[in-house]
Amino acid sequence: MAYSEKVIDHYQNPRNVGSFGASSDVKERKDVGVGIVGAPECGDVMQLQIRVGDDGLIEDAKFKCFGCGSAIASSSLATEWIKGKSVDEALEIKNTRIVEELSLPPVKIHCSVLAEDSIRTAIEDYKRKNGELDESDHTHAH
Amino acid sequence: MNLPIYMDNASTTRTDPRVVEAMLPFFTETYGNSASRNHAFGWAAEAGVDRAREQAASLIGAGPKEIVWTSGATESNNLAIKGAAQMYAKAPMGEQGRGHIITCIIEHKAVLDPCKRLEREGFDVTYLEPGSDGIVTADLVRAAMRDDTILVTIMWANNEIGTINDIPSIGAVCREHGAVFHTDATQWVGKMPTDVERDNVDLMSWSGHKIYGPGGVGALYVRRRRPRVRLQAQIDGGGHERGMRSGTLNVPGIVGFGAACEICENEMESERERLLALRLKLENGLKGLMDVVEVNGHAERRLPHLTNISFGFVEGESLMMGIKDIACSSGSACTSASLEPSYVLKGLGLGDELAHSSLRLSLGRWSTEEEVDFAIKSIHEAVEHLRALSPLYDLHNEGIDITKIEWQSH
Repeated sequence: MAYSEKVIDHYQNPRNVGSFGASSDVKERKDVGVGIVGAPECGDVMQLQIRVGDDGLIEDAKFKCFGCGSAIASSSLATEWIKGKSVDEALEIKNTRIVEELSLPPVKIHCSVLAEDSIRTAIEDYKRKNGELDESDHTHAH
Repeated sequence: MNLPIYMDNASTTRTDPRVVEAMLPFFTETYGNSASRNHAFGWAAEAGVDRAREQAASLIGAGPKEIVWTSGATESNNLAIKGAAQMYAKAPMGEQGRGHIITCIIEHKAVLDPCKRLEREGFDVTYLEPGSDGIVTADLVRAAMRDDTILVTIMWANNEIGTINDIPSIGAVCREHGAVFHTDATQWVGKMPTDVERDNVDLMSWSGHKIYGPGGVGALYVRRRRPRVRLQAQIDGGGHERGMRSGTLNVPGIVGFGAACEICENEMESERERLLALRLKLENGLKGLMDVVEVNGHAERRLPHLTNISFGFVEGESLMMGIKDIACSSGSACTSASLEPSYVLKGLGLGDELAHSSLRLSLGRWSTEEEVDFAIKSIHEAVEHLRALSPLYDLHNEGIDITKIEWQSH
């Protein structure tokens, strides 16, 4: 399969790789939201962490990804796009924009869906920690 | 060393220039139809085909009349399996209980799909499950035998992991029970010593392009004596190949197939040792540089030139992307929409995360030590790059067993 230049660039030079600490450390941190989506048996696991400032803006974002090149590129791109946005603005990012930006072929659309899910899951985690989310609002990743 | 390097010889091989040399006159000079019995062009073509039949038979310890030319191993498998099942069926078409067939879950699709078709046509099929080492033993076959077992089809060596089944013992069990025994030997013949008499084989498929010969030509060995095996033809027409496979013969291809067989026979011993040394260097080199590197399949009973290695916490397709100068295969089928990892690796009971993380590297006649060194270095770099990105590797390093986590799968 031929990858777009942008996918190859994100693969070779992924942006914002890392985390704000081990999973046990960030669990209690109220300024950090964590989203882990996907499953090893499906060949994709994305982990997105966001750090939110007092002003409600996403100050920093870090990702890790087990998956194909398109999955890595989708999560790398997601971190670039959400940095500096408010959590509600970040929720507006749709997978179709990721598909367009990276020229993903149809068989790779699920990678962009996973990236969108990771943003939503990380923000839900942040909101829950800060009492901004009703448990009834919580939507499980599908 | 030229890049990219080729380590996908289990998919296909470079045609040996000596083979091409042997084929060329049969395109432009000796271009007759080998079935033309009444002129010199036909006789010359037939002589080329006969010589190839002898070369092919010699490689496997058979007689030349026991070789049937086909378009490749897929066709040979179809002819052997459907042809034998239909010939030895216990009830006519349209009825159930037509007979029992034994095969294995990690066979090639060219064996599994004909078996599935026969199942729909009233035959019973048992799909044996090898252990985690990927080996089908004679005991497994014996335990599955029934009074109405008419056919057993078990591959000699597996195309994805290179494991070698105990074909002589399986053949002996089949003979004891009076069942016809077919083996798909596509990955075996030409690489390893083969003797259909000693090894108790009744039907055997192999192809030209896996043994440094041309594509589009294959052979089926069909036993003629003790016992004589009969087949229902699958392609009807002019009655070529003693009625078992009609169609004008691909004379240049067959001549190339024969030449390829002869070269394999002559060079097998030294080539086996050379390739085994290279493969061990490759496997040990990779295992020595990284943790959680698993060679799949039985530790010793494997082909000398093929290895299937899982690199934990790294996804196969992204690994392939990182080693673009190495032509090889991934065990992950993530390139299709199914997201299914290899059914062969899953058949061994390998965890999905490892099945998604494997490479099949297969060496060949032109593989060099320099290429192996290059492969070790570039695979190591790509795995390190991807593990730095892998949330699963972090969890592993934190001492968390990723198989115990409840993932939100899609």
